[in-house]
Amino acid sequence: MAVAAAAARVWGSSRGLGQAGLLLLRRPGARGLARSLPQRQAQQHFPSLDDKPQFPGASAEFVDKLEFIQPNVISGIPVYRVMDRQGQIINPSEDPHLPQEKVLKFYKSMTLLNTMDRILYESQRQGRISFYMTNYGEEGTHVGSAAALDNTDLVFGQYREAAVGAAYAAKRANANRVVICYFGEGAASEGDAHAGFNFAATLECPIIFFCRNNGYAISTPTSEQYRGDGIAARGPGYGIMSIRVDGNDVFAVYNATKEARRRAVAENQPFLIEAMTYRIGHHSTSDDSSAYRSVDEVNYWDKQDHPISRLRHYLQSRGWWDDEQEKAWRKQSRKKVMEAFEQAERKPKPSPSLLFSDVYQEMPAQLRKQQEALARHLQTYGEHYPLDHFEK
Amino acid sequence: MNLFQAITSALDNSLAKDPTAVIFGEDVAFGGVFRCTVGLRDKYGKDRVFNTPLCEQGIVGFGIGIAVTGATAIAEIQFADYIFPAFDQIVNEAAKYRYRSGDLFNCGSLTIRAPWGCVGHGALYHSQSPEAFFAHCPGIKVVVPRSPFQAKGLLLSCIEDKNPCIFFEPKILYRAAVEQVPVEPYSIPLSQAEVVQEGSDVTLVAWGTQVHVIREVASMAQEKLGVSCEVIDLRTILPWDMDTVCKSVIKTGRLLISHEAPLTGGFASEISSTVQY
Repeated sequence: MAVAAAAARVWGSSRGLGQAGLLLLRRPGARGLARSLPQRQAQQHFPSLDDKPQFPGASAEFVDKLEFIQPNVISGIPVYRVMDRQGQIINPSEDPHLPQEKVLKFYKSMTLLNTMDRILYESQRQGRISFYMTNYGEEGTHVGSAAALDNTDLVFGQYREAAVGAAYAAKRANANRVVICYFGEGAASEGDAHAGFNFAATLECPIIFFCRNNGYAISTPTSEQYRGDGIAARGPGYGIMSIRVDGNDVFAVYNATKEARRRAVAENQPFLIEAMTYRIGHHSTSDDSSAYRSVDEVNYWDKQDHPISRLRHYLQSRGWWDDEQEKAWRKQSRKKVMEAFEQAERKPKPSPSLLFSDVYQEMPAQLRKQQEALARHLQTYGEHYPLDHFEK
Repeated sequence: MNLFQAITSALDNSLAKDPTAVIFGEDVAFGGVFRCTVGLRDKYGKDRVFNTPLCEQGIVGFGIGIAVTGATAIAEIQFADYIFPAFDQIVNEAAKYRYRSGDLFNCGSLTIRAPWGCVGHGALYHSQSPEAFFAHCPGIKVVVPRSPFQAKGLLLSCIEDKNPCIFFEPKILYRAAVEQVPVEPYSIPLSQAEVVQEGSDVTLVAWGTQVHVIREVASMAQEKLGVSCEVIDLRTILPWDMDTVCKSVIKTGRLLISHEAPLTGGFASEISSTVQY
């Protein structure tokens, strides 16, 4: 109390300052303060006698030489592959030894996708659809990874943080499911990629982050997208198991995804796979990539390192495929796509009244009024709208 | 109970009844900076009440993902002033999830809670009332309670509601407002305004803390001016109860709306233009 009175004299007699003085002079560890400290978990109260850093934020040794860590971009994380560019297995112990039927399914999926891309790209040029994005050159990333998943696994085509939440819920439900989230090296620059990685690691979620690094985000090359060693190098910064693979090698993609899946579910931790590949086509039907890259560059990838060609060489070297089957399959897959396309083309577009459905689970009064207003408008002015293309 | 205790009670009821329900956000594990989650981690476990990293877009995005699997996600944003990094997730993702998938998927079991409104010493980033930004976004619901009893019932309705909801809690009332609140669960319907006091000369509309201000205004008006005010607590900002407000204005012929948020583009403009239309 005497101490407090002294403080009040030093700091001034006004109530606020007197109180401040009281607080300043209290000894730490005095009963009042100690009780007011919140519970801390996993922190030592008594420093050890060794001269080691005790910071809660990092587990590391001291160093007495000033030296900045040089980011390593000249010789970055190596690229895992199973086949060479001619489709030959390099290290036999990495060969997944998949049965013929399964490998043929890989091949047919990749080529069917390629066929669909060609037909749909053309149809946009003809004005039959409004917009399309092709997958040229990246077929190995899709098929190799998808083949390594279970039918009950959850796939997010983007939405990185939502994927992490879904993985957390799957873990809580003991669902034995992995969540896989696909994104490009451009999307990896978004804040939500950072959020997704950090949450997945801290909350221990069974998720595979699959980054397709295809060299371009529309027209932006990787040299303008990042300065570090790609996306794989970021994983360890979050505490995430990471790997870089040859995305044009469907077996490498398969092996990495398969193992990541097994461990993500068994160990409840995230995995980051960066699949290196090349976007052979334009970004979309609204893009002409000759404006920002050379035709020679594109041709190199198309001719020298294409996932479909590499797998075909593998199949042919085993006698599981030949030119005749190739010809027949091309014809068959074209027919398949054309039939589906024509069937879809015949369907009218959804009714305009559906504009207001599913905004909420139940339609609120305001939206119902808007829906009715639209119906009245179309009654009077319908001739100005292409209503023939829509369901009633 | 006071307001924060009423919130805790609602959260306790939810986690007890729904085994999928989880609560997460910054500092919720030890009880939260406003003590709304005190005791819940000990009672329900660390996998159900847990801290996240400091990242609002992550908190909401993560919550959307949980809700998409069908589990109940109750996300806390530490102050409504910090909800803006999550704006993209709320408006572009949560609000549109059901619509863009043709009802194949939804994140209806997501509720986002945030302390809201002025508190006296909050300054720029601990005082905001951002409801107007969200009122412009179809697909979500926005709710603001005026008292502990209202808060528990409305929060439970938000959690049960099959659409993503934002629940703003007037922070100045956390300790200051005290009333009788049942410990058992109960719900107060969303999108229903409440006529808190009937009157005949003018309709006064407000939500949250401001309801108490205009109640005072109503009694001052009666006493000093002999004016009879009908006081309405809007409660749900989106979708808002047009019928109750319009019915009242038809009766009184005059409308005054009062809110803490900035005047231009504030939610009063939506109400007044609708009423006049």
